[in-house]
Amino acid sequence: MASIDITDVRKAYGSTKILHGVDLTIKDGEFVVLVGPSGCGKSTLLRMIAGLEDISSGEIRIGGRIVNDLDPKDRDIAMVFQSYALYPHMTVADNMSYSLRLRKTAKEKIASAISGAAAKLSLTPLMERRPKALSGGQRQRVAMGRAIVRSPKAFLFDEPLSNLDARLREHMRGEIKKLHQDLGATSIYVTHDQIEAMTLADRIVAMNAGLVQQVGSPLDLYDRPANLFVAGFMGSPAMNMFEGTYRAANGGTVELAQGVVVPLAGPAPTADGTKLTLGIRPEHVLVGKTGLEGIQALIDLVEPTGFGTILHASAFGADVKAFSLERGVAVRGDTVSVSFPVERIHLFDTATGSRIG
Amino acid sequence: MIRPKRLGMTIAHRAAILVYVAFALFPLYWLVKVSVTPNDLLYSEGVKMWPSRATLDHFAFVLEHSDFPLFFRNSMIVSVSTAFIVTILSSIGGYALSRFTFRGKFWIVGLMLLTQMFPLVMLIAPIFKMLSPLGLTNSLSGLILVYVAFNVPFATFLMQSFFDGIPKDLEEAAMIDGATRFMAFRQIILPLTLPGMAATLGFVFTAAWSELLFALMLISGVDASTFPVGLLSFVSKFSVDFGQMMAAGVLALIPACIFFLLIQRYLVQGLTAGAVKG
Ligand SMILES: Nc1ncnc2c1ncn2[C@@H]1O[C@H](COP(=O)(O)OP(=O)(O)OP(=O)(O)O)[C@@H](O)[C@H]1O
Ligand SMILES: [Mg+2]
Repeated sequence: MASIDITDVRKAYGSTKILHGVDLTIKDGEFVVLVGPSGCGKSTLLRMIAGLEDISSGEIRIGGRIVNDLDPKDRDIAMVFQSYALYPHMTVADNMSYSLRLRKTAKEKIASAISGAAAKLSLTPLMERRPKALSGGQRQRVAMGRAIVRSPKAFLFDEPLSNLDARLREHMRGEIKKLHQDLGATSIYVTHDQIEAMTLADRIVAMNAGLVQQVGSPLDLYDRPANLFVAGFMGSPAMNMFEGTYRAANGGTVELAQGVVVPLAGPAPTADGTKLTLGIRPEHVLVGKTGLEGIQALIDLVEPTGFGTILHASAFGADVKAFSLERGVAVRGDTVSVSFPVERIHLFDTATGSRIG
Repeated sequence: MIRPKRLGMTIAHRAAILVYVAFALFPLYWLVKVSVTPNDLLYSEGVKMWPSRATLDHFAFVLEHSDFPLFFRNSMIVSVSTAFIVTILSSIGGYALSRFTFRGKFWIVGLMLLTQMFPLVMLIAPIFKMLSPLGLTNSLSGLILVYVAFNVPFATFLMQSFFDGIPKDLEEAAMIDGATRFMAFRQIILPLTLPGMAATLGFVFTAAWSELLFALMLISGVDASTFPVGLLSFVSKFSVDFGQMMAAGVLALIPACIFFLLIQRYLVQGLTAGAVKG
């Protein structure tokens, strides 16, 4: 086990800059999840840690040692690829023992290591098969097994579950969490999946366009997104965002389109007249009968998810999404009143995108 | 229930394949037929599918009274050496072209393509001029050298396409598992490229086995003649001994057939299935 320190790491392919200075410290035994839109450089960063990609500038340390110029084999990390990358001409057992055989580990030790890993991942009956004769989920487990047979300094995962169906993904997510609790290994995990990120991470690193946007605990990112990007990226259905202007009078309000005024909990630390964006998560939007205090809205669309209901309403020329655990709150064509509880409101500076307050 | 239209299509399809196969194999059949036809029947019987009397005399003569065993041995040495040298060189080169970007890659690939553009006849005189002061004319080594040079570019492109078909993830996984790049190449990538290497080996072997032009121009003595050159010795000023020539031809087919039998199990593709997601 080891900590990983990433200092001002940059990556460029020729003149195309991919990463613009990433700083990140991952503590020993921590499970860090990298999230971000496609093409933002998550895999590139992971591959640089693994040693598969050159570091254009900056420094990566694993367990305190600078690894910039070390070959992958000398970094003592394990990686699970999205494609699994199983050796097709080797049996499951040979796939799993390959790294140990390369290290000239004693035969008995290899045998006990792979049977231990196989038991953990319920692969024992499949040990003599070739990858060709395995299902997608089984291949995924072999790929995990190959990583855990030795005790590397860190585990790297590049979207390891994205080729599985939803049910299996949910199951493997639990398995990975359990494995991490067992082994306590430093792990970096790349995913597109919100739920995976929220459930697995000790800390989430949200990236966009080659820059780290926010680092924090899952609930931190969810409850206090640092900027518009993180606010929009985390959560599904996505946060409502309305552009408006800050008014310092009356204890602080935001004036939205069509003269709609939303009161705030208190004065915001910004100047009167600042253009800002008001964000509120759909599950925090209150939907009630008309006549109550609130903003008049017309229900356009009702999406029952089974778990709850997503309502799309139009008000002050914008689309307002609301999520309710109750069924039958409204039907299409209803006029309702929506309101935004002051303690649930997020404010962002429209010009810079950063959080206010 | 097979619909009549489908059935008709299937029959037409099979028939077309059959016609093509017959067309392709007929010369071989004729080769065998002539090789067992006694000389006195060759011209007297007219065109018949099988002579009224078959004989192995031609084979016996070729093996016992001609230089054919020698030509045969020479051809074997030249073809097998060429095939192995080319396969090794083109595997290494093809891997580099497939996996690395390096300075001058564009020009190297361009030059390799350029060598494929000229008719060989154009190059015979300069090559002769180069080899003769080196004492490499009239020698099997010289012939091997020339064959290797001419086969490497194409074989390299062929091998490159096989390496391109093997996911990069595999050797990256091996390197993370603790292998050097060379170990990953030898232990992971090479076993998966065996079908490609077998194809290259077979391709180069047959090319060298049947090459006539350079063999004819660079070799003048019987000692270093290969079998295609030797075949010409059945053509004399006044006649062609077809029976013996065809018998020699049939014998020459045998090594090529054995060679392909040996490598055919590697030619069966599909070894990489299951490497990546499925
Ligand atoms: N060899 C290369 N040459 C030039 N650009 C590259 C190269 N490899 C990757 N890129 C670019 O680098 C950027 C980051 O790629 P990367 O694979 O890290 O994205 P990602 O965040 O993992 O995306 P995804 O979620 O789709 O996997 C992309 O815009 C990609 O086009
Ligand atoms: Mg990626």
